[in-house]
Amino acid sequence: MKAIVNVALKQGVLDDQGKATHHALDTLGFKEIVKDVRIGKQIILELNSDNEKDAKTEVKNMCEKLLANTVIEDYSIEIIG
Amino acid sequence: MNVTVLQFPGTNCEYDTKYAFEKLACNVTILWHKEIKLPENTDLLVIPGGFSYGDYLRSGAIARFANIMDSVQEYAKNGGKVLGICNGFQILLEAGLLPGAMKRNASLNFISKYNHLKVINNDNCFLQKLNLGEVINIPVAHHDGNYYIDNDGLKQLEENNQILLKYCNKDGEIENLNGSVAQIAGICNKEKNIFGLMPHPERAIENLLGCDDGIKMLEGFLKL
Repeated sequence: MKAIVNVALKQGVLDDQGKATHHALDTLGFKEIVKDVRIGKQIILELNSDNEKDAKTEVKNMCEKLLANTVIEDYSIEIIG
Repeated sequence: MNVTVLQFPGTNCEYDTKYAFEKLACNVTILWHKEIKLPENTDLLVIPGGFSYGDYLRSGAIARFANIMDSVQEYAKNGGKVLGICNGFQILLEAGLLPGAMKRNASLNFISKYNHLKVINNDNCFLQKLNLGEVINIPVAHHDGNYYIDNDGLKQLEENNQILLKYCNKDGEIENLNGSVAQIAGICNKEKNIFGLMPHPERAIENLLGCDDGIKMLEGFLKL
């Protein structure tokens, strides 16, 4: 089973990478269509587990301890069986 | 005075730090991260600059779980004096020993240059030799020095006199360097035994290096 973790800065915390990328997209002529850009990272975990619920609990634990800095970042977890 | 300097894979300022404190006649021990105990007689623990574990995932995030860190937590919680410089500051934030978090510099550039700093508070053991409002010139070298804390956290830092240094120009006017909230360059904890700063005082200890303001700061630590 696989877990896909997405980590990004919380709404309200200025995302400088997103802002710079937004600016670059504006310059490239995508000004009209792009409203906002947020940049995060994706962490893909291969798990030794066949219990989706337990896996999710464990991955949540990993996010709280290491994968995300919850002072500034939000995370989401997707389990793929 | 006995100074212990931690060393993680990727640390690169341990020898500069050792040199600086030896210049001040301290006994300096460099301690590998796999050790589990700090030397008993440590008067000051320094977590130096560098790129611990390559800064993978986030700056300081992996170092926080090194073997030695349990002993560091215990030492700090018992009132032991801890100084975190640059990556060391990032590790202290990740370890929860100081409040807030580090983001990428607002410019997204690595910033490496001398920059002026203003002493915001000196009623602590670290900056007691510097005057309130004094301007010092110390190099910075970082990619993730954009200090973030929410409004409530900032209020607490201000109320408890935990903001020790801010970025400024040569005339002492507070200036933005990297996007940090309130232009913060260095803070301490509420109990004032843990100090983290992004600039590198150990790199400004001889005029040959451009400036010796760093030694002025570190000298203050001798009376901890």
